[in-house]
Amino acid sequence: MSILVYTENWEGKFKKLSFELVSYANEMAKQLGTEVTAVSIGNVDDTELKSLGLYGASKVINVNDAQLEKLSNAPYARVIADAATKENAQVIVFAHNNAGKAIAPRVSVKLKAGLVSGASEAPSCYDPFTVKKKAFTGKAFANIVVKSAVKIVTLSQNSFGLVEDAKDAFIEAYAPTLDAAEFKTEVKDTNKITGKVLLNDAEIVVSAGRGLKGPENWGPIEEMAELLGAATACSRPVSDEEWRPHSEHVGQTGKIIAPNLYFAFGISGAIQHLGGVSSSKVIVAVNTDKDAPIFEAADYGIIGDAQKILPQLVEAIKSAKAE
Amino acid sequence: MKILICLSNVPDTTTKVKFTGDNTAFDKAGVQWIINPWDELALTRALEMKEASAGAITCITVATVGGADVEPTMRKGLAIGADEAIRVDADPKDAFYVAAQLAAVANGYDIVMAGIEASDYNGSAVGGMLAEFLNIASVSSVSKMEIEGGAVTVTREIDGGSETVAVQTPFVAIVQKGITKEPRIPAMRGIMMARKKPLNVVPAVDAEMLTEYANYELPAPKAACKMVDAENVKELVDLLKNEAKVL
Repeated sequence: MSILVYTENWEGKFKKLSFELVSYANEMAKQLGTEVTAVSIGNVDDTELKSLGLYGASKVINVNDAQLEKLSNAPYARVIADAATKENAQVIVFAHNNAGKAIAPRVSVKLKAGLVSGASEAPSCYDPFTVKKKAFTGKAFANIVVKSAVKIVTLSQNSFGLVEDAKDAFIEAYAPTLDAAEFKTEVKDTNKITGKVLLNDAEIVVSAGRGLKGPENWGPIEEMAELLGAATACSRPVSDEEWRPHSEHVGQTGKIIAPNLYFAFGISGAIQHLGGVSSSKVIVAVNTDKDAPIFEAADYGIIGDAQKILPQLVEAIKSAKAE
Repeated sequence: MKILICLSNVPDTTTKVKFTGDNTAFDKAGVQWIINPWDELALTRALEMKEASAGAITCITVATVGGADVEPTMRKGLAIGADEAIRVDADPKDAFYVAAQLAAVANGYDIVMAGIEASDYNGSAVGGMLAEFLNIASVSSVSKMEIEGGAVTVTREIDGGSETVAVQTPFVAIVQKGITKEPRIPAMRGIMMARKKPLNVVPAVDAEMLTEYANYELPAPKAACKMVDAENVKELVDLLKNEAKVL
C-alpha cells in the first residue's frame, strides 16, 4: 500500500512544484498510515532524487530510459500505471499542469481509478475519499467523492505548500520493457522561452492591461518585475493586440496562475480575467476607475494612473529592499 | 480522413453560478448554454483544415453526451460547419463515464479533437480518457495543428516553451488556446442548413461512474479592498511587506 506521486523533472532537476506534490502525498500517507513513493522518469541524478526524501518520500522509483526522454502520453501512462500496480498504490498524485493533464486521464482508464483534477486541498475525508477542487472556472468549489479502490488526484500549483518531513529516500531503479510500437508521437523540435521567470512558477506576478495605453509603456512593468524577481503577465486584449506575447496572457482562456502576489495595473477585472488569477494569495489593483470590478477581487488598491504610480512604486520597493 | 470533435454543452461564461438542493446541484434556471469555448476552437480548426485539404478530409462530426436539452448547442456546431452530429443519450455526470460513452461512437476517425477542459467542471480529463479507451495516441496542450499529405504535426505547450510533435493517426488532439485565432461564427446560411444536417441519437452503453459531485460551495466573500492613497505609494509597499507578508 502506498501513495504514488509522479515527480516531473526539468532537465534533470525538480522544482518547487515537485516538492509540493510530495508534501501533499505525504499528508495523505500520514492520514492513511502508509508511505510515499515517488516515480521519476528521466535522467535525474541520485542526489536530486534523494532530495524528495526531505518532503516525505521514503522511496523513489527511478526510470531512466532514452526512449522516454520526451513525454509521449501513452507510454508514460503505461509506465506510471505499472509502477502504481507494483507498489500497490492506493492514491496516485500528479501536478495539475501540462504533463499531469496529459498523463493522469490515461492512467485513470488503465487502472479504472477515479480522477479528481485540479484539487485545491488535501482530502477532507478519506472514507468516502472526498477532495475539494475549483469548478465553474473559479466561481465555485466542488467536493468530489471518488468511489473506486484506486484514486488519482492532480494538484493545483501553489495550493498546498511545502511541508518538510525528512526521510532517507531509497532509490530503486526500474527498467520497464518498452515496445517501439507504443510510441506514436515524436518530438521534432523544442522551443524554449529562456531567461525569464516562468509565469506558472512565479511567486510574484506583475501584470498590466489596456490601461497602460500602449506597448511602449511597458518599461516600468518589466523594471518592477526584474526588481522583484517576478514574472510579467497581461490581460487578453493586450495579447490580442500583440502588445505582449500570448504566453503572458492570464485569464480563463489563457494561463491560470496562483502566485503569492499579483499586481494588476490598468486592468478592469473582467470575469474571464479574474478566472485566471483568483487563486492568487494577494491581489493589488491600480486603476483610474474606482468602479472597476478588479477592486472587488483585490486585497489592496490604488485609484490612479498606473503610468504615474509605477515609477513611484519602483522607488518605494527599492527603498524597502535597501532597509 | 474523418475528424470527430467532442463538444461539451456548458453555461455561458457570464452566468452567475448558483446551486439548488442544498448545494448539491447546479441551478440551470435561466442559464444560456453554449459550446464549450475550447471545443468551439477545435471545431473551427477542423473546418479550416478541411477547407485547405483539397478533399482529403471528407467529414467533420460533432459528438456530445447529454439529454435532448443539449441539441440546440449541437445544432450550433452544425451551423458553424460540421457535417453531422451524434448525441449519446446519457447524463454526463462523470468524466470516465462520458469518455466511455464517446468511445462507443468514436471508432473509425483519423483524428479526434477535444478541448483541454470544459468551462463548467474543469475536469481536463475526457480527451485523455477517450484516447486510452480507444487505445490510440493522444497529445495534450495542443496549440497548433497542421496536416500535410496525411502527416499530422502539432505544437504542444510545455512548461517554459513548446514542442513540435509528429503524431501518427488515429489519435486524440487535446487542444487549448492558440489552435486557431477565433471561433467561427455561423452565417445565416449555416444556421438554416444546420436544421437539415443529420443529428443521430444513440442510447448509452453500460459504463461506471467513478466519481460523484457530493456538493458545492461558493467562495467565501472577500474582505473589502484596502485602498491606499495615490499620493502615498510607500504605504502600499509597507502593507505588502509587513501586513500581507508577500514582499
